[in-house]
Amino acid sequence: MEMQQFYYDNKIVKKFIYATLIWGIVGFSVGLLLAFMFLFPNVTDGISWLSFGRLRPLHTNAVIFAFVGNAIYAGVYYSLQRLLKARMASNFLSNFNFWGWQAIIVAAAITLPLGYTSSKEYAELEWPIDIMIALVWVAFGVNMIWTILQRRQRHLYVAIWFYLGTFVTVAVLHIFNSLALPVSFLKSYSVYAGVQDALVQWWYGHNAVAFFLTTPFLGLMYYFVPKAANRPVYSYRLSIVHFWSLIFIYIWAGPHHLLYTSLPNWAQNLGVAFSIMLLAPSWGGMINGLLTLRGAWDKVRTDPVLKFMVVAITGYGMATFEGPMLSLKNVNAIAHFSDWIIAHVHVGALAWNGFFTFGMLYWMIPRMFKTTLYSKGLANFHFWIGTLGIILYTLPMYVAGFVQASMWKQFNPDGSLTYGNFLETVNEIIPMYWMRAIGGTMFIIGAIVMLYNVVRTVKQGSGVEDELAEAAALTKISKHRRKGEGYHTWLERKPIKLTIFATIAILIGGVIQIVPTLLVKSNIPTISSVKPYTPLELEGRDLYIREGCVGCHSQMVRPFRSEVERYGEYSKAGEFVYDHPFLWGSKRTGPDLHRIGSKYSDSWHLNHFYDPQSISPGSIMPSYKWLIRSKLDKSNTVTKMEAMVSLGVPYSDEEIANAQALMDAQGKQIEENLYQDPDFAESYEADKKYAKENGQDFVEMKDREVVAIIAYIQRLGTDIKVKDEQKISKK
Amino acid sequence: MFKFIKGHLETITGIEIYPLISLLIFFTFFVALFWWVFTAKKDYINKVSNIPLDQ
Repeated sequence: MEMQQFYYDNKIVKKFIYATLIWGIVGFSVGLLLAFMFLFPNVTDGISWLSFGRLRPLHTNAVIFAFVGNAIYAGVYYSLQRLLKARMASNFLSNFNFWGWQAIIVAAAITLPLGYTSSKEYAELEWPIDIMIALVWVAFGVNMIWTILQRRQRHLYVAIWFYLGTFVTVAVLHIFNSLALPVSFLKSYSVYAGVQDALVQWWYGHNAVAFFLTTPFLGLMYYFVPKAANRPVYSYRLSIVHFWSLIFIYIWAGPHHLLYTSLPNWAQNLGVAFSIMLLAPSWGGMINGLLTLRGAWDKVRTDPVLKFMVVAITGYGMATFEGPMLSLKNVNAIAHFSDWIIAHVHVGALAWNGFFTFGMLYWMIPRMFKTTLYSKGLANFHFWIGTLGIILYTLPMYVAGFVQASMWKQFNPDGSLTYGNFLETVNEIIPMYWMRAIGGTMFIIGAIVMLYNVVRTVKQGSGVEDELAEAAALTKISKHRRKGEGYHTWLERKPIKLTIFATIAILIGGVIQIVPTLLVKSNIPTISSVKPYTPLELEGRDLYIREGCVGCHSQMVRPFRSEVERYGEYSKAGEFVYDHPFLWGSKRTGPDLHRIGSKYSDSWHLNHFYDPQSISPGSIMPSYKWLIRSKLDKSNTVTKMEAMVSLGVPYSDEEIANAQALMDAQGKQIEENLYQDPDFAESYEADKKYAKENGQDFVEMKDREVVAIIAYIQRLGTDIKVKDEQKISKK
Repeated sequence: MFKFIKGHLETITGIEIYPLISLLIFFTFFVALFWWVFTAKKDYINKVSNIPLDQ
């Protein structure tokens, strides 16, 4: 048989490796800055683009899409070519994938701190960037499938199925969750509202974890662990079961992020059932990975690559055991909204994704640069400081979550809350936040040591060249099953069919959950007293989104005695029908805000935004002084209202025509309310006088941003309260 | 424009068939999956699982 010569594209892999290392350190560092903001809330005082709410999505996006994303590409581009015995089909697409992805990351790093966000977790980027993501992702998929079609190895190894499953599912998720109506170049509204938006978001959010942080890494595991251990995977049969059952079940589990919320109960229970089932395929894969080291455990003592991989797979096992447990409603009642979840995700991110990436890079880099690792000692140091860092990060967060959740729920014998002041529960866990920051620091030190080690390795090695390889071309064989050929064996040489079947497997779950919630009216009972936001409240809501308030404050009072006692009446599905997007949140660093409306005076809020610590001693909320000074941009209000109308919010033509006047009136009312505080009146008048004397422009209070956000906050959750009061007065 | 998303089915009659269909889908899916896996030939499995190593 004639042997063909070709070159593996190593240069593209090198680019992705460098990007992984650099963005990794950037993403971790932003996380560390955020961790220190729990201890020194005003460390970036007055700098809007360095405030917690805006940096938090930058951290999550940088780690998920920049660090893990580039690691996926590096590993896939390396392994795919070798598993198929073919060079990547298109150099252009490979480079488009690389530079396009880096451009997206830079766009994210600029827009998120500036407050351009959709507020939907891990999907915060605004619509032009969403379109770029779709294009680059499709380029990646086309390049991959095209390469598969040119392969010289007939059967697709299991790793490639995981890559294909990742490609199709992420494409489906990204498109459906990002459906939004643009109102300007960097502002859009989700087409879904309230409960429906929440379900679609967490169908996406959960599966971003499943199909971006898990399935591609499982594919990498099935390639790099056998390579590093120099023996085939423990059970190839198990890997077949692992793949199909994992992608089939994973897609259903999203609603476990919404337990005890206003999501219809049937959807919650469906999510719970599938989350429990997930334990089987997850642990099947974990065991398959670990047992690949059978007979090679002695190597784990000496080889840093295997050390990293063993801790990574163990971390995967722990996180995927914990996940189903957290999906049990009784466990979720404790863990949800608390730091327990932060611990859970960091076991996944730091151990599974982080350590697997490190192990993979330590394996690939010396081979690509045709040398040995500069220092095994430094790699071992990285391993130990990283492992200790993970422990020191996660253990305190588990304790913090458990302590705080228990304090939230504790009652006195007389039926009142023992810790009625939310801040008592925050101050109790500050020492845990300190330990977390130290653990995170250790993890970053390890990563920096790795960077140094890699730089020295690269320097001592020779330049990366495309590697010459040789293989026979595939002979044509029948499209149909041959005699004695099993069905799956046949399927494995039919990449397009395999991709289609994988798509069907993931669509079944998506369709059964999403479609009824979108279409069946009885799932979301309407409440007649719930009305659309006024124009000023709508603008205030957009500021709430811009500042990332949702990162620390939920708007979802769960039907627990402890929450109803602390916050007020529990949240109903019908209250969110005009919320494009929903803002339920997933973490309570501060208290829930769904019933905050009319609880405090307007001046309380103004003073609290100016200096939270003076109003609430011990608070770890940063100040928002720029809201108080900046003028509210009202130029887009009408466009925004019209966009809402096309999404089904019943604004009348009159309301839209009078938007400016309505905003003016509501702003004036709030300004008047603020005047009741003599301190405010005095300093405001003084400012006004000063501006006049010095010929400076003066923005009246009614036109400032803070007034809009106060209007929104004072509205929150009051639609139902009004009804209750009417009922009482009728009696 | 968003009629598809906003339009509502008014009722959910015939919902009882859902769990039955689901059970059937799952049962078939996993039976077929295990059928494939257990009928796969040993030498084939060995060959494929060695793909990463023979380069």
